[in-house]
Amino acid sequence: MAQPDDRLSRVFSALADPTRRDIVARLSNGDATLSELGSSYDVSLQAVSKHLKVLEDAGLVSRSRDAQRRPVHLEAEVFDLMTKWIERYRQQAEERYQRLDRLLDDQESTSERGAS
Amino acid sequence: MSTSTTNPETTIDAPAGVPWIDLTREFDAPPERVFRAHVEPELFARWIGPRDLTFRLDEWDARTGGRWAYASGRGDEVYEFYGSFHEIRENERIVQTFTFRGAPDAVALEIATFEALPGGRTRLVNRSIGSSVEERDAMVASGMESGIIAGYEKLDALLAED
Repeated sequence: MAQPDDRLSRVFSALADPTRRDIVARLSNGDATLSELGSSYDVSLQAVSKHLKVLEDAGLVSRSRDAQRRPVHLEAEVFDLMTKWIERYRQQAEERYQRLDRLLDDQESTSERGAS
Repeated sequence: MSTSTTNPETTIDAPAGVPWIDLTREFDAPPERVFRAHVEPELFARWIGPRDLTFRLDEWDARTGGRWAYASGRGDEVYEFYGSFHEIRENERIVQTFTFRGAPDAVALEIATFEALPGGRTRLVNRSIGSSVEERDAMVASGMESGIIAGYEKLDALLAED
């Protein structure tokens, strides 16, 4: 169990940084090169490159083999997974609350019988 | 028979980059009754856990300063949870902590508010606040209950693809 846990935390800690979240947001509009990304931030290319390395290690982005441009590509699947997780979390809550609905209904019909 | 099918479903608000999740749901019963179902152990035990999982209430002292512990699972896979009741404000608000024993360093603060709506209905808002954005995300990913292992396995498989 230690390993998947480790990977999961790598994804989450990669996204904990605001600059990296911004890079991810930019890449959701399409691939971009390091210099294209670098021009949008008030930090050195080297710093942007470090951020990309963290995102890459977490499996959130990949870089093509194209030696000249090496555009950075967002691995959207990881985000789809997060969306799915949120939906599953919501569904579990909904199922729980439907059980509560039934309990509240039962109580009401019981108290109606008791009153009549 | 129930005619309360007009209930809107649970809505979730889990913005990226913040450590909380909001769940909102309306019930066709007044706040007193929805609140009671949250604090009385025999009522709580009847709805909190999925039907196909076992549920064991180990400790339940639903008073300000009291504590709680329960376990839920299937076969050998049992997940235990515990926390404290920080504030029980009758029919209005429950503030409690929530920890999964398998991740003892993570703790969520849960704030449930019971709002009276016209027609004897209640709006329940449950905000769950993790101690960091990562922890919140892990909380969402785990689904809190049976999904903990499955969630990691899926991510594992996905990350192993490259």
